[in-house]
Amino acid sequence: MEYPRAKPGTQPEYLHEPYRASAQRAPRQPLITLPHTTSELTGPVYGHNPIGETDNDLTRHFAEAPQGERIIVAGRVLDEDGRGVPNALVEIWQANAAGRYRHSRDDHPAPLDPNFLGSGRAITDDAGNYRFVSIKPGAYPWRNHHNAWRPAHIHFSLFGPAFITRLVTQMYFPGDPLMPFDPLLNGVPDAEARERLVSKFDLALTKPDWALGYCFDIVLRGRRSTPFEEHTK
Amino acid sequence: MKPIPTASQTVGPFFNFGLTADQSLGILAREGIEGERIRLEFRVVDGDGVPTPGDSMIELWQADAEGRYPSSGAFYGFGRLETNKQGVCVFETIKPGAVEGGAPHINVIVFARGLLKHLFTRVYFAGDPANAGDPVLALVPEARRGALLAHPVAGQPNTWRMEIRLQGEGETVFFDL
Repeated sequence: MEYPRAKPGTQPEYLHEPYRASAQRAPRQPLITLPHTTSELTGPVYGHNPIGETDNDLTRHFAEAPQGERIIVAGRVLDEDGRGVPNALVEIWQANAAGRYRHSRDDHPAPLDPNFLGSGRAITDDAGNYRFVSIKPGAYPWRNHHNAWRPAHIHFSLFGPAFITRLVTQMYFPGDPLMPFDPLLNGVPDAEARERLVSKFDLALTKPDWALGYCFDIVLRGRRSTPFEEHTK
Repeated sequence: MKPIPTASQTVGPFFNFGLTADQSLGILAREGIEGERIRLEFRVVDGDGVPTPGDSMIELWQADAEGRYPSSGAFYGFGRLETNKQGVCVFETIKPGAVEGGAPHINVIVFARGLLKHLFTRVYFAGDPANAGDPVLALVPEARRGALLAHPVAGQPNTWRMEIRLQGEGETVFFDL
């Protein structure tokens, strides 16, 4: 595998002034560029804690179903050649349908749902596919600026084959009117890269009389170099 | 047209129930794992010197006592904890062996509210003679190398402390991989 560096604009900068919290937390010194050594090219192999049968179904963590619009979120985890990444751990977490997280410091005055925890995990299959069942998260206010609201989103955490492929991101929903005002999504300078954080409504994934389907493909760093490419470097 | 890697977004403040509910990921070396057992303590502070209260997370990836990265077996090599209200988290692990001629080190990822993408750094051990010949430390300006060192904690045997300063005076050295 080769790990090309990110194309300018396709990843956010650390300091992004519209995102207020970045002002005290973004490093100011230049990063030191490292060659990729064994330390970066290896990574944890998942297996210490087996995935349970309902871990990828956030509507089945309690005896009763949670409130909200049931959804299916599925897609493929790919490398930079478009090949599926098998055996990748995908972890998600999200607010409930009312826009409230099950977290002690979330004080948004919206109801908690006793039947919704809001976290799940899955492992990609041989072709890189994953699938979750959940409910659509609600938008919620935050204190970043006057009248600031986060668009509905699901947090994603992924481990690929190496330490260097680690990714934490957020998935958005198509047509959400809050997206143009969101400093986090708009922290990604490149419009196409932002567009890729927005899932696509997918009628084929949608289950009649049951749930809407959203497709979200995720690309991790890395590509398999071919002998031809190696020789022409 | 090759696909471009998905853009990073912040872990946000409310990741606990999704990522760090499992406290057992703070223990990398269980009974029977070979090596010098250590406690490795991190404290994460922002540019004002204020500890990140429960809204940052540290992940570790390290070699075993022989300097080999594990691909299976009892030693998993991976740890993950959120920082507490004082910005602190403590891992129980072993001191890694030297990897491929470098000095013993532990690879670290820092996630936090306020960081739109995670930060990569490393922990080296103060006083280790191998540090002088480490190829990665050699890439860091000498005046900043000290920011990559964990130090022994006085009065607490086998305990090492690493301060992660996200910004400002003594800023931790972060890597572009």
